[in-house]
Amino acid sequence: MTVNQYDAIIIGGGHNGLVAAAYLARAGKKVVVLERRHIVGGAAVTEEIFPGYKFTEFSYVVSLLRPEIIRDLELPKHGLKILPLPSTFTPMENGDYLAAWDDHDLTRRELYRHSPKDAEAYDEYARVMARAAKAIKPIINLIPPDPTSLSLRDMLGLLKVGQYAAGLSEKELYAIAKLATQSSADLLEEWFETDALKGTKAASGIIGTFLGPRSPGTAYVLLHHYMGEIDGAFRAWGFAKNGSGGVSGSILNAAKALGVEIRVNCSVKQVIVKNGRAVGVALDNGDELQSKVVMSAADPKRTFLQFVEQKHFPDEFVTSIQNFRTRGSSGKVNIALSELPNFTAMPFEGRGHDSVLHRGAVSISPSIDYIERAYDDAKYGQISKRPYLDMIFPSMIDPDMAPPGQHVMSCFVQYAPYDLEGGWNDEKRNELGEAVIATIEQYAPNIRKCIVGMQVISPKDIERIAGITGGNIFHGELLLHQIFFLRPTPQWADFRTPLKGYYFGASGAHPGGGVMGAAGMLAAKEILKDGM
Amino acid sequence: MFNLKTTPFHERTSALCQPQNWRKWAGYFAAGSYEHTLDREYWAIRNAAALIDVSPLIKYVIKGKDAAALLHRVTTRDIHKMKVGQVAYTGWCDEEGKMIDDGTVTRLEESTFRLTAAEPNLRWLTMNAVGMEVGITEVTDEVAALSFQGPNTRKVLNIVAESPVDELKYFRMMKNRIKGVEVTISRTGYTGDLGYEIWMDNNRDALKIWDTLMEAGGDYGIAPVGILAMDMARVEAGLFMLDVDYTSASHAWIEPQKSSPYELGLDWTVALDKPGYFVGRRALEKEKREGSIWKMVGLAVDWVGMEKIYKQVGLPPQIPGMAVRGSLPVMVGNVQVGYASTSTWSPLLKTYIALAHLQKPYFELGTDVRMEITVEHHRQHAPAKVVKLPFYEPEWKKR
Repeated sequence: MTVNQYDAIIIGGGHNGLVAAAYLARAGKKVVVLERRHIVGGAAVTEEIFPGYKFTEFSYVVSLLRPEIIRDLELPKHGLKILPLPSTFTPMENGDYLAAWDDHDLTRRELYRHSPKDAEAYDEYARVMARAAKAIKPIINLIPPDPTSLSLRDMLGLLKVGQYAAGLSEKELYAIAKLATQSSADLLEEWFETDALKGTKAASGIIGTFLGPRSPGTAYVLLHHYMGEIDGAFRAWGFAKNGSGGVSGSILNAAKALGVEIRVNCSVKQVIVKNGRAVGVALDNGDELQSKVVMSAADPKRTFLQFVEQKHFPDEFVTSIQNFRTRGSSGKVNIALSELPNFTAMPFEGRGHDSVLHRGAVSISPSIDYIERAYDDAKYGQISKRPYLDMIFPSMIDPDMAPPGQHVMSCFVQYAPYDLEGGWNDEKRNELGEAVIATIEQYAPNIRKCIVGMQVISPKDIERIAGITGGNIFHGELLLHQIFFLRPTPQWADFRTPLKGYYFGASGAHPGGGVMGAAGMLAAKEILKDGM
Repeated sequence: MFNLKTTPFHERTSALCQPQNWRKWAGYFAAGSYEHTLDREYWAIRNAAALIDVSPLIKYVIKGKDAAALLHRVTTRDIHKMKVGQVAYTGWCDEEGKMIDDGTVTRLEESTFRLTAAEPNLRWLTMNAVGMEVGITEVTDEVAALSFQGPNTRKVLNIVAESPVDELKYFRMMKNRIKGVEVTISRTGYTGDLGYEIWMDNNRDALKIWDTLMEAGGDYGIAPVGILAMDMARVEAGLFMLDVDYTSASHAWIEPQKSSPYELGLDWTVALDKPGYFVGRRALEKEKREGSIWKMVGLAVDWVGMEKIYKQVGLPPQIPGMAVRGSLPVMVGNVQVGYASTSTWSPLLKTYIALAHLQKPYFELGTDVRMEITVEHHRQHAPAKVVKLPFYEPEWKKR
């Protein structure tokens, strides 16, 4: 009987679940993580889909992994290495390119080639964004207070936010207010004139949302992406050794070293509720596990609509979770390559192993209109004919990702709507793959003959494999009405739920998506605060 | 586009740069030094003729009916009073009277100016030029520049230049020719010595100028000099550097990082008596009325006092052989009253000197303070005195 008795059960072995488990174990708790798949990592996994070629299957870059998690869990000791991803290269439709290198002067000179005005505006834009990110950042680490509550904790929390806001300069407040309401297109058009620059910047405002660059609210997502840049202010963006699976792997090792039990191939049927309190879980195989608390690291819909009978929650709460927007809008194409695609805008000679652009990201985002047009297709249930692509070549950053002399390529593709007209099937998946290859071919004509193997992942596949409802990479869009004290739903943004003993700590909770680990860490801290 | 740019003199400088200690300057390669020790280069500045490639300096040409009006509005100097051929050193501020950058303004023609800057300022200039009839063009890549510094430079220039430079006064500019190549020569520099800056088009002819100067300078102790030796000389001259000795108001993260021209000792460049609006005017008037809380001053470390501290561990004083760009706390009693931003050994003055930012009232001349030094891995404080800037000013600098 004692075998299945725990202090805490964590449902879901994604990076947030593992982080929460490690923090709880670190506080001396007996913890088990239950993972439905045969490997942990969730959407942060690396798998050899073709022998010898490692695909960082879903998520592919690290920008926001909390530094305190890295230190607290001693992740470098457990294998974490975040390697630099130094540049962004945007090939243009006229055969030229726009590059942002990791050197400030080089980038200025590159932009200068396109527009002297933009070259300088870029610096100031970066400073304004970095200042706004710095200003808003302390909020990320606060437990969101409920502005309508009269409890002491919420009042103190609000006071903290208020005091913090009062400490901001007028300029910073205005900048934040604008960022919170504008579209990324409006914001960028205030600053720049170069299409490829605006397109590439706008792209980061639409990632993981079902919005276009001209939709209001997307400017905030731009800011969200700047958060990574102010952490230690240096090289915060990166690619983890062994891909995103390398991040999960190091957290897994840390959790194990702290005594966390990991069970894979172990899917949860339901949370067991007794006397209005979560007291354990029932597994699909009929086993039952008992615990003092249960935390879900799954998405909000699974957490509240699938694992727990709805009668345990207030109706309003259920409605609100039902309305939580989780529209998947992106897919992923992972490609095993016999050689590197050669971009005509900056061709290499020979094998290309010293090609600078392949060490960074390649962005297919020639203009805001290009991306907005891609969105137009998706709005009406179609795959973008010419999608936005964010590509990296993991084997150029970490040579162990592919056999010597061979390469792997990771293509994030947007838009690929979850609710595709006619539904997703193999034919549609091929259509998505073809849209990606045809798009790349326009800039790197040799792409087709480089392909050794290809994996196309639709939002439906993200849902099926990683278990994320709707296939949204952030477990729910980062929209203004779905962040901070509204994430996942008003009054329940503090990692607690209406069901006693049941907690929620994943990307669908504050502060949101990205391989960040913050939700898992903060949830674990709240669990410990409540005592068990 | 992935590599740093090279200046038009790179063919020569790269052949001469023995230690291969290239520095990055505004996207260009710049030689740190040409020899493995800095002594000869430093003394070329102070005793002979130093040839320094300063082409990476950011330069703008400001041209048009309202060119003077724009500079009058942006900078703190009275630009309308400048004559053609005059050069003015100036800072420029934001609306709160905090320094954004500093450089020189040269009135090339009645309505054509050249502005130099440490950082890109095109956006700031353009924002201030709304409604004005003026063109602003960055010419960093198009205009090459050599700084020619040291007491023998006039003699060398008189040999090579078509028109003699004897009459060229301090902070004045003239058009001239060297080996038939058109140049402008200004009597300016960043060393506080007699010196000139030679401006020319960036093309193959620029190499001719380099070669001609090196050839003619041979009898006058000419040496190619890198930016490390210049860094020592500029501290002696009391000249500060953006991002080292002060932070641009447009880069600062927090208010205390910003400095006003008064706080940097640039009172003489703030023409509050000039007519009309200029950026930062109101804030600067207020600061002038109320007095500044900070001031940049010179510190001369007391050698005997420092010797005593070293003696405790059985060592003679150890001083770095080059300028050190690192903040060092400055104390009075046990209270920190400021910090030194650049410190260097002065080979000429045989003194350890520093540019320091001190709080009121400690910035008064003659104040005794103590500056941090590290002695055998232990933090110590050496006695120092607030002295007048510049530390060194030869009588031939302006003559």
